[in-house]
Amino acid sequence: MSTSEKAPTGVSKGAAAPARISDRARGERRLGWWLAGPAFIVMLAVTAYPIAQAIYESLFKFRLTDPDAREFNWLGNYAVILTDGVWWQAVGVTVFITAITVAIEAVLGFALALVMHRALTILRPVLRTAILIPYAIITVVSAFAWLYAFDINTGFFTTWFSWVPGISEDTNMFGSFGSAVTVIIISEIWKTTPFISLLLLAGLAQVPEDLQEAAKVDGATWWQRMYKVTIPNMKAAIMVALLFRTLDAFRIFDNVFIMTQGSQGTEVVSFLAYRQTISRLEIGLGSAVSVLLFLCVVLISITFIKLFKVNLASARGEG
Amino acid sequence: MGQRSAAAAITVSVALMSALVACGTDDGPPTLTWYINPDDGGQAEIAGRCTDEADGQYRIETSLLPREASAQREQLARRLAANDNSIDLMSLDPPFIPEFAEAGFLAEIPDDVGAVVTEDVVQGAIDGATWRDELVAVPFWANTQILWYRRSVAEAAGLDPENEPVTWEQVIDAAREQDKYLGVQGIRAEALTVWINALVESAGGHIIADPTVPVEELQLGLDSEAGQAAAEVMRTIGQEGLGGPGLTNEDEGASMFQFRGDRGSFMVNWPFVWAATLAGVEDGTVDQEVLDDIGWAMYPAMADGEEARPPYGGINIGIGAFTDHLDEALDAVQCIVSPENQAFYFVNDGNPAAHVAAYEDPEVQEAFPMAETIRESLEAAAPRPQTPYYNEVSTGLQNTWHPAGAIRPESTPESAAELILAVLRGERLL
Repeated sequence: MSTSEKAPTGVSKGAAAPARISDRARGERRLGWWLAGPAFIVMLAVTAYPIAQAIYESLFKFRLTDPDAREFNWLGNYAVILTDGVWWQAVGVTVFITAITVAIEAVLGFALALVMHRALTILRPVLRTAILIPYAIITVVSAFAWLYAFDINTGFFTTWFSWVPGISEDTNMFGSFGSAVTVIIISEIWKTTPFISLLLLAGLAQVPEDLQEAAKVDGATWWQRMYKVTIPNMKAAIMVALLFRTLDAFRIFDNVFIMTQGSQGTEVVSFLAYRQTISRLEIGLGSAVSVLLFLCVVLISITFIKLFKVNLASARGEG
Repeated sequence: MGQRSAAAAITVSVALMSALVACGTDDGPPTLTWYINPDDGGQAEIAGRCTDEADGQYRIETSLLPREASAQREQLARRLAANDNSIDLMSLDPPFIPEFAEAGFLAEIPDDVGAVVTEDVVQGAIDGATWRDELVAVPFWANTQILWYRRSVAEAAGLDPENEPVTWEQVIDAAREQDKYLGVQGIRAEALTVWINALVESAGGHIIADPTVPVEELQLGLDSEAGQAAAEVMRTIGQEGLGGPGLTNEDEGASMFQFRGDRGSFMVNWPFVWAATLAGVEDGTVDQEVLDDIGWAMYPAMADGEEARPPYGGINIGIGAFTDHLDEALDAVQCIVSPENQAFYFVNDGNPAAHVAAYEDPEVQEAFPMAETIRESLEAAAPRPQTPYYNEVSTGLQNTWHPAGAIRPESTPESAAELILAVLRGERLL
């Protein structure tokens, strides 16, 4: 108590005061390291180490059931992957699914966020819970639910919607690329829109009310306020929501794995990595696919940050 | 405070030490872990019976593997690659045995044990457990597909499959004329490979000419008349919608449900459908008249007068190469595959025995009126290509021959062969 009282008075300015502060700062820094150190080591162990291991393994021709034939292959695995149409098709399908789902989810998620934001205080918790339910369901479980709903042998979809032109009771939704990928996309949107809407709701809450009031007083319409006030002020939240969802959608696996096993041309990049590593036990080739997938994810992150030109620190009011 | 924490530390250390000591001084009989594929409880029951029979020498515990054969292989291969010594016994699908044997994952089976476990066993099952002329696993139960048919449909088509073997052409014509569905497995999974292999083999060809040669010398027999004939049958069924609207997703279970429906006609499938249909009648989900209408016969031939080569499957028991209890495991495996246990397993789980004697069992004959057809089918059955690269071959086939309606007999077999060879040479992804 006495020290903290003395410090602001500045009685002993000069050598003594900075020394005391620096002692404290040093102590805090040390404490910071002690507190964050274990987490830092754990992060290195669970993130950096596997990535480094994957990069190392990707340079080998290595099959788990034939360990004697393991040989250093330089970048041979990458050459095989990047010159194969299977890889580019998987990338194309993944980008297609990502673009469509994220675009629809952004619009739908924003609408849901607005509903939640403007809902009566008493309704808000109920609404939030109701909207979040799909996100709370484990992905593989929801994938099975969608599979059973649309599958021709077990599903009710074709029976219920046989009045829709182009759909009959004998329509096999997983029988062609178009319908199969549509089911995958719809299930993905159903599952993850709540996530994006929750992030956007947080963004909406950050928009200062007085700015909205000022705009209203100036005679701005609802659309004008949305364009000029709300959206610019929640740019950081929008970026975070879109970035997270894009990364998530690009790594889509469960839905495809459960519903089509990659048939009808619905193979995605994660599934390709799974097949080489887990199914074929080709550790080298599979690691190379995983590394390429990782690079795609990094590329997406960089593009987003450059495109939106958002400084997250300034968004937090620190800059 | 200090005393209290010291006391707590001592208590914890004592508890840990005693736990460690308890682990170290386990004087009980060794426990063998048998990794089993999911079934109706038959393997667990056999494990219990053999534990009793061992009279305290060892205990057998079962550990459940995933449902899909390919997933079973993945899990076992990953564990064995890490020299897991907890795998004493494992239920193995025959196509994956060469890969495991080649990788050194299977313990050697001594000649005397080999002689005992292959005595009076159907040849197909022995072949499936053999790699490079050595028995590397123990035949347990042997599966085969037969032709199931609706008597009413066959009669209307003027066919008598029970007494006169039918061809694919006849079966297709019958379904086409009566506007019925054929029960085949068109899903992009192992079931599709099973179908392709049976068709190619029945047409006198082989997917792989000599599976034992090194990968660089491997030659595929797909681009042949047999391959094209097989492709023709599948394309006709797929393109004309004879397999039903869900053909592209149809597995064994889905074919069975379709076969029991109003438009069921003929179906190629494993014998489990009989037990499942009987259970359906008991549950009230299947009408008795459907059951009465079901007949069975040998797998359809590719040409009139030629013998079919039906699919061969089943489970063999492998002994883990890294087990700490090899002698006990060898003893246990002989108990597991005894004719009595095989007969029990046949009746209880509906999975046919590899041992000929099991078919003489009155209980088996009562439960499976088609037991004789199954035995005959096993004698004629052709295994899927036995190669350490089976997974690549099978997946390559599934990628190129799916969906059945898109198969082009003049080019699909050739492109499948090209893809598989390129994958094996490490030049393509799969």
